[in-house]
Amino acid sequence: MSNLTDDRRDVGPVDEPALPPLGSVGLLRWMWRQLTSMRTALILLFLLALASIPGSVLPQRGTNPLRVDQWLADNPTSGPVLDRFGFFDVYSSPWFAAVYLLLFISLIGCVLPRTRLHWRAIKAPPPPAPRRLMRLPMAEEFVVPGDVDDVLASARDDLASRRWRVRAGESPTANGGDGSCWVAAEKGYSRETGNLVFHLALILVLVAVAVGGLFGWKGNVIVREGSGFSNTLTQYDAWGGGRFVSPDALAPFSFTLDTFTVDFERGEAQRGAPRLFQADVTYRAQPTDAGEPATIQVNEPLSVDGAKVFLVGHGYAPHFVVRDSTGSVVFDDTVVFLPQDGNFTSSGVVKIPDASPALGLNGLFLPTATLDDVLGPISTFPGPDYPAVFLSAFKGDLGLDAGTPQSVYRLDTTSMEKIGLESLLPGETWTLPDGSGQVEFTGFQRWASFQIAYDPGKELTLAAAAVALGGLMLSLFVRRRRIWVKAVPSAGGGTLVQVAGLARSEAADLSDDIRAMVTHLESNGPAAERNPG
Amino acid sequence: MTSIELAQASNAAVYATMIVLSIAMVSFAVSFALGRRRTAALPQRVDVLQSAGSTVVIDRPEPPAEVPLEPGRRAANIGMSLTWLAFFTLLLGVVLRGIWAGRVPWGNMYEFSITAALGILGVFLAMSIGRDLRWLGLFVVIPALLTLGMAVTVLYTEAAQLVPALKSYWLVIHVSAAIICAGAFTLAAATAGLSLVRSRLERKAGGADVTGWAARVPSSEKLQTMTNRTIAFTFPLWTFAVVAGAIWAENAWGRYWGWDPKETWAFITWVVFAAYLHARSTAGWRGDRASWIVIAGWAAFIINYFGVNIFVNSLHSYAGT
Ligand code: HEM
Repeated sequence: MSNLTDDRRDVGPVDEPALPPLGSVGLLRWMWRQLTSMRTALILLFLLALASIPGSVLPQRGTNPLRVDQWLADNPTSGPVLDRFGFFDVYSSPWFAAVYLLLFISLIGCVLPRTRLHWRAIKAPPPPAPRRLMRLPMAEEFVVPGDVDDVLASARDDLASRRWRVRAGESPTANGGDGSCWVAAEKGYSRETGNLVFHLALILVLVAVAVGGLFGWKGNVIVREGSGFSNTLTQYDAWGGGRFVSPDALAPFSFTLDTFTVDFERGEAQRGAPRLFQADVTYRAQPTDAGEPATIQVNEPLSVDGAKVFLVGHGYAPHFVVRDSTGSVVFDDTVVFLPQDGNFTSSGVVKIPDASPALGLNGLFLPTATLDDVLGPISTFPGPDYPAVFLSAFKGDLGLDAGTPQSVYRLDTTSMEKIGLESLLPGETWTLPDGSGQVEFTGFQRWASFQIAYDPGKELTLAAAAVALGGLMLSLFVRRRRIWVKAVPSAGGGTLVQVAGLARSEAADLSDDIRAMVTHLESNGPAAERNPG
Repeated sequence: MTSIELAQASNAAVYATMIVLSIAMVSFAVSFALGRRRTAALPQRVDVLQSAGSTVVIDRPEPPAEVPLEPGRRAANIGMSLTWLAFFTLLLGVVLRGIWAGRVPWGNMYEFSITAALGILGVFLAMSIGRDLRWLGLFVVIPALLTLGMAVTVLYTEAAQLVPALKSYWLVIHVSAAIICAGAFTLAAATAGLSLVRSRLERKAGGADVTGWAARVPSSEKLQTMTNRTIAFTFPLWTFAVVAGAIWAENAWGRYWGWDPKETWAFITWVVFAAYLHARSTAGWRGDRASWIVIAGWAAFIINYFGVNIFVNSLHSYAGT
């Protein structure tokens, strides 16, 4: 039965293990045939799955550049080799691209010829009845009253009303045919249509993703409470855009972070787990607009001028007032500290090159401070129940003039001298022991980090994915099948009818179609003696 | 009921489920042991065309009446009944958990796992309506029991609210689709595994009837057809689950796809099952090889579920310990 039902090999290229022919044209055609064969598609799919694995095991630059640096530092021998072959950028590496591009070339080479064949199949009438209908795996034979023409017309109307494609014909009497009349019907063309639509939509997904990659951009920025942000390149902490984005012509929107609210779990279970983040902002689509209030939450981004502003993180920014040895205020601002753990033990630095002497502070901010015997100063709850800072002060050359770019979150103390160490509660002032000045910890603010993204391809991606899913469901749920009704005058009066079916898709069961036809023909007249055939 | 009582009732229901499933497992195992002497598979209930008297009757055959129940079948029937019972006690446990937490019961790995076990049992029982799947019971009850065992030992978490990233109705859509897929993929892996064993025994028997416990499971060809049907149903659902997840990710993080480990393994699972669907119509890849691909796809699904949640630093690490 499987060789009968499995005639799907008539679509798509045939897998034939042929040897490469000589001659360059022949060789090219041979290679093309290999590339577009089902076996190659299968192997490329396996390769795609395999090639995706390393990127889930090794840290990736796109998502976690700091951990990549750490990995490289920890593995000085294998690290650079892996780096060279793109293992820290798997999904934009040439070998990953090679796999999916080959797959899509194969896909196109496979789908286009199948589309042409399918187009022809749709237009062609169903094939005539096989000569020996009763040999088919599902067949029935019985006698009904009425003459051949009536029976066949009735069968034909019934099939057509149930949206079968129908064709009537007569077996030739030549070549041993019996000259009987038949109706042939076929249904389920949308299976192949769905399959083709699915594969073509996959190409569309790829194109849409590429559009997003080429024309879209994405940036990250940290904004303190009370501060503003406007959408220009210089304001971003990190920014990346596609090849066709002009970074100096970004949409000119802006917003101010008015307040940031967080709430943490205080119950025994999952204590400290985040429960609510909410940023209240005022935004302007154009610099001249009046500000409009809006709320940004996780899962609820703000849409402005085609871009979307997502809330992705938050932290604390302690406020310091620093006086130098002359007693004049040399620093008076909040400083963004980056969280180091789930309880927001946060670290940051203050650099004051204009003080005399130049001062630098390395600090920890602890929202709920404890001094652990082993771990030292650490926070035990992410909310500010008992905020404190631990500072170490340095004086000397901050290294800012050396010309090498410095991180704002790290203090280069190589040519500095340590002055001392102190912990401060809000409102406390630390007079530096060597008379270099005073540091006052006046309090803290919160900051929120935003990802701002513009992806012109994402609607298209979603639409293509939806089309693909629709095609896929047609392709997997529709059964392609044929049935034939053959009628000849019965020797004992009435008409001898044969009904048989053939499934064209795997494991399809035709008994309900045949049952429907048998019931229809029998109920169209009084039941007649069945011919035992 | 007070909150504490709700929590205890939910836990009690989960433990009761495990006890009932253990007995079901023993019953199914016994039915295999007792069936040893039979040499042919149990009659399958399938649609066939049948003629009777003067009219053509196309009907489902009645189960042979008055045949005395052999001990193996009785044990399998007990197993089926207990599996139904376990499904309802577990459903109760999941619902009570949700009432206690005041939200969908999908906030952490413990809750995902008990719901996944419910999915495994649910898909199996739904499929068993209208066909005889008693032979499959053992291979469904074992993974369900293992999942529950993991849940109550390693993964247990007190109910708590959802972290903000999980507060989205896409969560409900995405997770419910994924849980049904978990059940169906597990079932497909079970039938694929059985078909591998069967086809080996069939080759050994060399045309003769397979004997021993494997005589109670359908032929490898039938098992492959079943696997195929299951995957044909599940693959679009999994596609949908991945798309829903991407929409959710876009809402939460500003990108619909970021090759986060969880997303990567969802993709790998998808690609492997796509490969399976291709293998069905690729010369030389039907049969055993295709079954192996199903098992590989299921492995990718499991790696995503346990491995990535627990071991890998991912945006999706809400294991909640
Ligand atoms: C991006 C890569 C591809 C993916 C994800 C993919 C996925 C799928 C899926 C899920 C099916 C099952 C639907 C069905 O059975 O009708 C399928 C069927 C099919 N694919 Fe692909 N495919 C890809 C590439 C290709 C290529 C390159 C070829 C040509 C060599 C191809 C040829 C076919 C054929 C002929 C079928 C029908 C098989 C059948 O009816 O059982 N596909 N594909």
